[in-house]
Amino acid sequence: MAVTEVRLTLQPLGLAPNDIAEKIKEKFPTQVLEVVDFRDQVSVIVKKEQIVAILKFLHDDPLLSLDHLQDLTAVDYMKKKEIRFEVVYNLYSTRHRHRIRIRAQVPENDPKIDSAVVIWAGADWHERECYDMFGITFAGHPDLRRILMPEDWEGFPLRKDYPLKGPEFDKDWTGFTDVVKRSKELKEFEWEG
Amino acid sequence: MIQREAEKIFETRELNVNMGPQHPATHGVLRLVLDMDGETIVNVTPYVGYLHRGIEKLGENLSYFQALPLTDRMDYVSAMSNNIGYCVAVEKLFGIEAPERAKYIRTIVGEMSRIANHLLWLATHALDIGAMTVFLYCFREREWILDLFEMICGARLTVTYPRVGGVRNDVPQAFLDSLWKFTDEFPSRIREYETLIDQNRIWLQRTVGIGVISAEEAVNWGMTGPTLRGSGVAYDIRKHMPYDAYDQVEFDVPIGTEGDTYDRYRCRMLEMRQSNSIIRQCIEKLPAGPVMADDPKFVLPPKDKMMPVTHPTDMAYFIIEKACKGCGMCLRACPAKAITGEKKKPHKIDQSLCLQCSTCFTTCKFKSLTVVPGGKGMSDDKLAELAVSPDKLPDDIKEAQQALTRQFDFIKKGPKVPEGDVYVATEVPKGELGFYFVSDGTGKPYRMRVRAPSFIHAGCLPRLCKGHLVADVIAAIGTIDIVLGECDR
Repeated sequence: MAVTEVRLTLQPLGLAPNDIAEKIKEKFPTQVLEVVDFRDQVSVIVKKEQIVAILKFLHDDPLLSLDHLQDLTAVDYMKKKEIRFEVVYNLYSTRHRHRIRIRAQVPENDPKIDSAVVIWAGADWHERECYDMFGITFAGHPDLRRILMPEDWEGFPLRKDYPLKGPEFDKDWTGFTDVVKRSKELKEFEWEG
Repeated sequence: MIQREAEKIFETRELNVNMGPQHPATHGVLRLVLDMDGETIVNVTPYVGYLHRGIEKLGENLSYFQALPLTDRMDYVSAMSNNIGYCVAVEKLFGIEAPERAKYIRTIVGEMSRIANHLLWLATHALDIGAMTVFLYCFREREWILDLFEMICGARLTVTYPRVGGVRNDVPQAFLDSLWKFTDEFPSRIREYETLIDQNRIWLQRTVGIGVISAEEAVNWGMTGPTLRGSGVAYDIRKHMPYDAYDQVEFDVPIGTEGDTYDRYRCRMLEMRQSNSIIRQCIEKLPAGPVMADDPKFVLPPKDKMMPVTHPTDMAYFIIEKACKGCGMCLRACPAKAITGEKKKPHKIDQSLCLQCSTCFTTCKFKSLTVVPGGKGMSDDKLAELAVSPDKLPDDIKEAQQALTRQFDFIKKGPKVPEGDVYVATEVPKGELGFYFVSDGTGKPYRMRVRAPSFIHAGCLPRLCKGHLVADVIAAIGTIDIVLGECDR
């Protein structure tokens, strides 16, 4: 019951993103594929096999301590890249004020990656959404169900081969056609007074 | 002995209660399935997605300018903050910056939106827990802010006032005067709300020690905004990664100690005072100058520059038969399909279908396509009489035609954006709103991802409710301040 107003004396910015990328390279030389720098934001593209080990290292290392999972999502690079999917982790350190982006490649024929729920509890719903929208399964996730779409939905809406207006856009929704049919049937009982 | 007999007849089991999706206290269409042991919550399973409209998918199919109004429809309680978040992210991707005045205006409207949001939050949160009067008082002040929004952009809720590269229009002086008056009065109004509930015994019993979450755990769950700061983590994006004019104003960040519902309530109350002071500082410092960035590659120029005043609006496009080689270039380029004709034979424009976008004029390489000023509504024979070769047209008409085509292209295809990806977060009233863009070099985002704070916070509900009573679920929903439109996107 004691809320205080603090004038934040911010610590100086921690490591430069490129230094963090170097650290990952040192620790996991076989896993890092590429480091991309765009608009002062650095992405490290990695293989998916040891993704949990990499994330755990970033989370636990006292110098890095990237404790805040800002965002976890996926991107579908259909026909743009050899490996179709990328799972994207945006990490930030609330203590050291530095950030890094990890992008793990996930192939189309085996859309599966280890779950990050063991590190961040908040990854739970992010991963469910990823599964819902892209069909990427997360091994070790406690409760991998659809989240935004109805449970009996078929297909994965954010994949690039999924049409914008849905696969059955030309056809009327069955619920609607039923109602139309029924209203025609009931027409003869209409009161005309 | 008797008890044992009784156990044979009556079995005890957990009770499942369905709460929502149509429940007044769930702040939208949120469905919770409560597993209860008596009155105590064993587990909560939230079901979301009733308001899913596929904003991320829609964004991939619209140009960067067209997707902006969609962001209003996410968190409709503080649409202004969402717009700003989107614009800041797109500006980062484009590599442009808004002019100083626009930055200050955006800071002002962003903080107004924060106050409006917190007022609605306080009103409904208090109403849910049983304090009816606060609701009425809060709406009085919120109304004032919405009226001010109406003054600058004509809309109260879905504003779409900030633009990529600045804001839509400059603010009128009357707006600043009224806002100044508001900031004068508002602190005393906050004290009014506090006298109603701050030390109220019922309020204290309903909030103190309810939904406690420790600092480490709150970060681990991905909480942000006042929900996180109630637990004592000083993570505010306005301080950590300043955008707009936040690095030029002075403000404090309220943080709690206990991480319970009461601390989060106090944080938001103090935050409103800080927002009030930020607005005052911004009005005092408001610099003069333009409100839109001047970068023709990424930002639409103002209307009068795009179409010179001398530009005639009653012109007609016409194909000179003699010069037309029938190459079909204009036929393919025409967006209205107004041009017809066979290959290697002169083409014709159907004047009734023509949009006058001048795409054909800039496409034609054989100087057969021309403009007839004042030719709108004339018959083809009359146009043929008046038409002159495009070489002989006056210079200002030629220039205006080219500008028009550029404009048309810009709107239809969007700007040319470098390839890459950015993640930009802004501090909206509910927490951290992040936009992740992947650009493939075209005018539309290849992937637009929205990191909605309400989505993450709704995911924390099971953690906050476990072990409490049913009535505390209502307090927990209120304290995380979710809007389901944003949660489901």
